[in-house]
Amino acid sequence: MIRGADIVVRSLIAENAEYIFGYPGGAIMPVYDALYDYSDRIKHVLTRHEQGAIHAAQGYARVSGKVGIALATSGPGATNLITGIADAQIDSTPLVCITGQVAAHLLGTDAFQETDMVGISMPGTKWNIQVRRAEDIAPAIAKAFHIARSGRPGPVLVDITKNAQTEFAEFNYIPCLGIRSYKPYAEVSKEAVQQAAELINAAERPFIVFGQGVLIGKADKELKAFVDKTGIPAASTLLGSGALSEMNTHYVGKLGMHGNYAPNILTNQCDVLIAVGMRFDDRVTGDLKRYAKQAKVIHLELDPAEIDKNVKCTVPILGDCRQSLEMLIEAVHANKHEDWLQRFRELEKEEKKVVCANDLSPTKVGLTMGEVIRFINEYKADDAILVTDVGQHQMIAWRYFDYKQPRTQVTSGGLGTMGFALPAALGAQLHDFNRQVICVCGDGGIQMTIQELGTIMQTKAPVKIVLLNNNYLGMVRQWQQMFFDKRYSFTELENPDFVKIAEAYKIKGSKVTGRAELSEAVADMFIHDGPYFLEVVVEKEDNVFPMIATGCSVEEVRLS
Amino acid sequence: MNRYTISVFTENFIGILNRITIIFTRRGINIDALTASESREDGIYKITIELTTSEEQVIQLSKQIEKIIDVIKAFYYTDDQVVYQEIALYKIPIESLDPRLEKVIRQFNAHIIAAEKDFVVIEFTGHKEDTQSLLEILKEFNILEFARSGRVAVAKPMDTLDKYLK
Repeated sequence: MIRGADIVVRSLIAENAEYIFGYPGGAIMPVYDALYDYSDRIKHVLTRHEQGAIHAAQGYARVSGKVGIALATSGPGATNLITGIADAQIDSTPLVCITGQVAAHLLGTDAFQETDMVGISMPGTKWNIQVRRAEDIAPAIAKAFHIARSGRPGPVLVDITKNAQTEFAEFNYIPCLGIRSYKPYAEVSKEAVQQAAELINAAERPFIVFGQGVLIGKADKELKAFVDKTGIPAASTLLGSGALSEMNTHYVGKLGMHGNYAPNILTNQCDVLIAVGMRFDDRVTGDLKRYAKQAKVIHLELDPAEIDKNVKCTVPILGDCRQSLEMLIEAVHANKHEDWLQRFRELEKEEKKVVCANDLSPTKVGLTMGEVIRFINEYKADDAILVTDVGQHQMIAWRYFDYKQPRTQVTSGGLGTMGFALPAALGAQLHDFNRQVICVCGDGGIQMTIQELGTIMQTKAPVKIVLLNNNYLGMVRQWQQMFFDKRYSFTELENPDFVKIAEAYKIKGSKVTGRAELSEAVADMFIHDGPYFLEVVVEKEDNVFPMIATGCSVEEVRLS
Repeated sequence: MNRYTISVFTENFIGILNRITIIFTRRGINIDALTASESREDGIYKITIELTTSEEQVIQLSKQIEKIIDVIKAFYYTDDQVVYQEIALYKIPIESLDPRLEKVIRQFNAHIIAAEKDFVVIEFTGHKEDTQSLLEILKEFNILEFARSGRVAVAKPMDTLDKYLK
């Protein structure tokens, strides 16, 4: 018999967990006591806030493809995980969150630091459970890992009462292999694949839109093979970036509100739209009533609830997209669509002339966010990971960063969580100390979780932090400019000396204000051994274009 | 807008009812009635939800319900695809018990199931329209209290739960 707290830690070790991101407190202290004995077998990272812990776990999960683990105490510790839980749910990130809870006999009495965590986390988790007895801990954790990583991944929460942690039980870890009521993978229908192949073979202007499902399903090679064989132009969602190399000759850009001109416009001119592992988010589709109405839609999707949710499809192909793509590759003819591809290239030229040239090689005095990304591209490694926060810098970094490999992007897509990047970059870096991890933030978002510089200091994670400082909540300001008569209501920031803050955390930093110093400053950042903080003061009132304004159709994408 | 019955078969897991109802809350959809009971299979619960909505919405709701880990299967039906009943209890003051009331009880084939010093309780089972029309009549008899259950329903289509239990 061993203590419940030891069962928690040994169960995590049995799941090959490498890192736990957490923060101690009363109701989880027995688990922390147990961790003291296993520090040679599992690493714990003490963040400076529980929100930092869960975002770090998300960053780790997104680049590793493994389950991220967050640990917190009851009450406020646990509720501080909620933003990360909601973020992981909407972006399908596998997480196991373990929270302490007051002793079972105190449940429901408003005991110190008691919160109904199962109740609070219910709408945001894929599954959750409260464990009140030591013997129930290992089966609950086994089930939690199975649910978190299988099918469409997501966050799960295991709430463990303090008495369960201190009581004793036999430990015999049996991994969960299946649950009667949960069938995460549908069998791919051969008929559906055949129907889809016929549509694709007959199509004159087919168009592939792919999302994060390709990365989750580890289907990037299959996607490339499918694109190469069929010659169909392919565009990415925000979270799909990296699933197909941007160097691929059929890659035609990015979809959605701040995506590229060509794929947005031509979505409404294709005759067959092939959606792979994406969920037709409103930021991708714009006005649904005017989205790809002319096209027959083929939807390769794992989650049955996504079929026909936003866009009605002609042929749904339920199941793992790696498997369905493999079957489709067999069933489709080799083809070329040069004329159709050429139309993407023509519109791309227009965007390059009107938008990209000014973003990347500006002639005005102030620095642009785009030119910073240009220099990052110049000096970064091919497998560098880009972690971004939320806002203008996120869209600009996404637009201009060269994604060459899968799992090189970490960002908060569905939830749009400001403050996500810094802790997520830490988690991504801990997965592999030898990979470059570049954390691009704005001056708004970074201040929401800036305390995690302390965790970066303590772990010595060599994250390269690039702060694009325009002294504004830039995206909100852009909307105020465009849709609220330039009434800049509470979006201007008086900021601290960021480099001094970084230095106070023993992180080397520098600040760039002029174009002449930029290239060298970015190069120096990459050369530096260890974490680095580069602040770049950019133009205060630049806007992100192209843009599909709310309520507009994809073909109404504006270049200015 | 149509009336639908969603039959949900679930594992007996704490909080499952809450997980199901928040799917409705989040989308601002009203549940007309809800009943929960054991099903034919040991350990499997059946939750019957009655609601008025569009077909598109009921399909989405059923998929979202089925996405819950501990839900085995959710079926949705229109009214003509289910056999269903609702039970109603009517509490009437003893002074109202006269030949006129006796006639009403006979006409409806209702039953007096309890008689106390001050009141009697009438029980009547049927569809909502039936129990409602009896209620309207009993208002004339100074009805003191009324309670109606949610719908209990069995499906006409022969698609059984068994194939989802493998």
